[in-house]
Amino acid sequence: MIRAPAFDSVAAFFAQALAIEVEAAERYALLADQMEVHNNKEIAAIFQKMATVEQEHRAEIARRAGDSLAAHSPERFAWIIPDGPETAAFEDAHYLMTPRQALLLARFNEQRAVDYYAAIAAAATDPQIAALAMEMAADEREHVRWVDQWLEQFGPDDPDWDEDTDPPVYSE
Amino acid sequence: MNMITSCKPADYKSAVKPVWCPGCGDHSVLLSFQRALAELGLPPEQVAIVSGIGCSSRIPAYTNCYGFHGVHGRSLALASGLKVARPDLTVIVASGDGDGFSIGGNHFLHACRRNIDLTYVVMDNRIYGMTKGQPSPTTEPDWETAIAPDGTGLSPFHPLVIALASGANFVGRAFSGDLAGTVRLIVEAVRTPGFSFVQILSPCVTFRPDQQRAWKQAVHPAAVTETDDPARAARRLMTDDGFNTGVLYRGNREPYQPAPKAYHAPSCLETEFAL
Amino acid sequence: MGNAMTKSLSIVLTGSGGAGVMTAGQTLLDAATSCGLYGLMTRSTGPQIRGGEAAAMIRLSPVPVQSHSDRFDILLALDFENAERFAEELPLDAASLIIADPAAGELPAFLRACEAAIGLVPMAKLAKSIAGARVSMVALGVLARIIGLPETAVIAAVAESIGRKKPEALVASEKAIRIGTEMAPEVAISRLALPAQPPPDRWSITGNEATAYGAMKGGVKFVAGYPITPATEILEWMATALPQCGGVLVQAEDELASINMIIGASFGGAPSLTATAGPGLSLMTESIGLAVASEIPLVIVDVMRSGPSTGIATKSEQSDLNIAVYGLHGDAPHVVTAPLSVADCLLTAQWSVHLAESLQTPVIMLSDQSLGQARVVIDRPADIVLPAKRLVPEVSPDGYKRYAMTETGISPMAIPGYSGGQYTADGLTHNERGTPTSQAKDHIAQLGKRQRKLDAFDFSAYWADIDGEGALAVLTWGSSSQPVQEAVVAARANGIEVKLIALRLIAPAQPALLSAALAGVDRVLIIEQSHTGQFWRYLRAHYDLPRDVVPNYCPGPLPIRPGEVHKYIQREARA
Repeated sequence: MIRAPAFDSVAAFFAQALAIEVEAAERYALLADQMEVHNNKEIAAIFQKMATVEQEHRAEIARRAGDSLAAHSPERFAWIIPDGPETAAFEDAHYLMTPRQALLLARFNEQRAVDYYAAIAAAATDPQIAALAMEMAADEREHVRWVDQWLEQFGPDDPDWDEDTDPPVYSE
Repeated sequence: MNMITSCKPADYKSAVKPVWCPGCGDHSVLLSFQRALAELGLPPEQVAIVSGIGCSSRIPAYTNCYGFHGVHGRSLALASGLKVARPDLTVIVASGDGDGFSIGGNHFLHACRRNIDLTYVVMDNRIYGMTKGQPSPTTEPDWETAIAPDGTGLSPFHPLVIALASGANFVGRAFSGDLAGTVRLIVEAVRTPGFSFVQILSPCVTFRPDQQRAWKQAVHPAAVTETDDPARAARRLMTDDGFNTGVLYRGNREPYQPAPKAYHAPSCLETEFAL
Repeated sequence: MGNAMTKSLSIVLTGSGGAGVMTAGQTLLDAATSCGLYGLMTRSTGPQIRGGEAAAMIRLSPVPVQSHSDRFDILLALDFENAERFAEELPLDAASLIIADPAAGELPAFLRACEAAIGLVPMAKLAKSIAGARVSMVALGVLARIIGLPETAVIAAVAESIGRKKPEALVASEKAIRIGTEMAPEVAISRLALPAQPPPDRWSITGNEATAYGAMKGGVKFVAGYPITPATEILEWMATALPQCGGVLVQAEDELASINMIIGASFGGAPSLTATAGPGLSLMTESIGLAVASEIPLVIVDVMRSGPSTGIATKSEQSDLNIAVYGLHGDAPHVVTAPLSVADCLLTAQWSVHLAESLQTPVIMLSDQSLGQARVVIDRPADIVLPAKRLVPEVSPDGYKRYAMTETGISPMAIPGYSGGQYTADGLTHNERGTPTSQAKDHIAQLGKRQRKLDAFDFSAYWADIDGEGALAVLTWGSSSQPVQEAVVAARANGIEVKLIALRLIAPAQPALLSAALAGVDRVLIIEQSHTGQFWRYLRAHYDLPRDVVPNYCPGPLPIRPGEVHKYIQREARA
């Protein structure tokens, strides 16, 4: 059951929506870096693509918000759940993760965003905010569909996907 | 100390990409440092992060603050010297359970006792990660490793209780998987004067891959509010399940900060020798 | 070095991200060994704990080899991720062969520059075409065909390592190896002849394992240690081995605890040892001095790494000589030994225990990362009997004097439990009974006793490996000895008379023995791996050297190669 926050203005709603996208994009960029350092270029590219998608979404939201954002700075929000509603968790990464797993992670987070906005829409007393939240939920549903399409390219994972015959090494 | 209200977490990150395994709890701890420092509004150049040797001790290079990646186990001593000489800086010490509680054990006792205004963050994964998986002082007695094939048979000790017994002024525990909670705890620890000790349970995905799931389920906010009675806090810590998070003790000890008494020129000392 | 060089084939495998390069390298070595070849394997890695870039360097030969050659004949790259990291360690030239996967993209600049021949094999694609196959297995097939190993040998080696755990993986591996052999390019690499029968009685062992086993053979019963790269394997091997042989190992909280624990155990009668690296040795110095002053037998293995300070933990250097010899405060003479090769780690460790127990003093054994973590295939070393013999007291009527003046300087050491032998060991300056004293005569007497212990001792022929005759001699120590020896063999084959002296005993210095060894030598070429020429300066300080001394020193982390030493020998022989 997701507890949705209340917003005292459309501007506050937009500010948070932007913050969600910014945080999600930053997190994907960090995960992409981790994968690059661990020589998993394929997954690094997937996460980089997700980061770009979130950045584009942010730009779109900013466009929609227009001038109403002037009063708000989307610095920091006390998320109800441990991480932002669309942010991938660090602990779900693995240096040998497969494209399928990376995309499932992305899908999971897009779906979280859908559920979050749907909850806001259901709880909003301001009809404008409710409408905007529905629009955001629709956006995120579109993302889920898009990830699903991407997922179709990949078959089931090898049961040995995380097997690395080389032992861990030390550098100090 | 200047405070800047427009600091963003990104301001505290360097361009060096962390070498920690994907899935390592320390990635979250780094982000927590960034968010905490931004919330505290500390200019990066006024923060020093001092570390020892081990995976967690790599953190200074990943930040945009001043840093010292010293030798194994001696980060508290180094940080103590720095803070006493430069009380204007915010000094944070980063360590792991091996670096901090094994070879660093003795310095840990004395840093708590001295109560210099430092914040000591130990990323505890109950294993030696960097040297490939030896038991640490917080490892369970039956955890099998190459160097202790039947487990050590030794009970892990309670670093938070040791900190209390030794005189630390602030003691808390967090879980790296709870970013918001970790940020909150670090902010409180830095804001509290004196020696603040924060144990962050930070799972090792390579040598203890089941930790992440197990700890996520086990951690919970402490059911009682923090106390300023060290004996009560110690009793709680020795009898609880080991997974209480939050501020667990906050005392009122004055921090140790010796200061010069006067600023005369040394030549004034000569008179003692003059005949 | 032309055809005077030891016949061998050098292969390096590189790859990243869990490709299993090190496992594949080990399998290749195992396969070649089963066919009767000898070999050596070392590895290099990036800083990641998993998934990083890795290089497995293998040298194969019909005779035992214990160091790398001057160049690589074959580089097989599974991918090029961060491969520039290894550029300095991969000497390749126009006669080399690079096998690469077209899917890995363009060769990095440093590989294009060497002008080696290139063979492309789509290894990743081939592996994907077989369910459950790993690309490293395809690579092994390719290499087996190119170097002339029967694919059955490779399959058997793979079966040995994974077959028991996962039989279904074996089927896939076999297919992958076979497809690798089929798709290997036709190339003109000169192959090594395989003997009709593999030589009997051979070992596959690393320097750290040899050190640990040698110490056990020497009689060690107690080990305390703290993990540190590159010495941890010694502790881990002994953790399982010691309890099988009446001993125990304790992981200490740090090096200060380690050294003091072994002092305690040795005081109690158990031959004791610890293993560490430079930073740990620095921590231990105060207590090593205690062992010198209180005359406690100890062995401290220092697996040297590139310094100073934290340095490069995974790379080798010979730069802890100074601290090993001079690192104790006061006048505190003690013993410093150093193995000359991976195999020699066994003898030297066993000898070090013998020396420690006989002389009742600490012995610092200077191994290094290039020995400790290298794996070699060698003939089983001969058994050597060197009993750990601590002089124990006989009952004496006028009271036991632990530090009695004797001709040899060695006084009987009572073990707790021996009635009538009670004494208090002390780092304080003491008299013959062990009572603390500030008297000049006692101080001088005990200093003399501890010095005499070492001066009067017969270190036997183990003190150095000496070989050959000539007016030119090469003087070296530790891991430098192997590439030097190869260079010397080649130089002699080219008609140069050169003597080789490789010291196994670094301290105490043996001026008389070296003078005898240098009879007829008027020029000495010194080879060592340190930035400040520590070995050369040590020799200058304690030995009489001939008129012409040509020091040759260079820091790590790159290994010394036989070809460069051969060039120096040729230059000095001509001049």
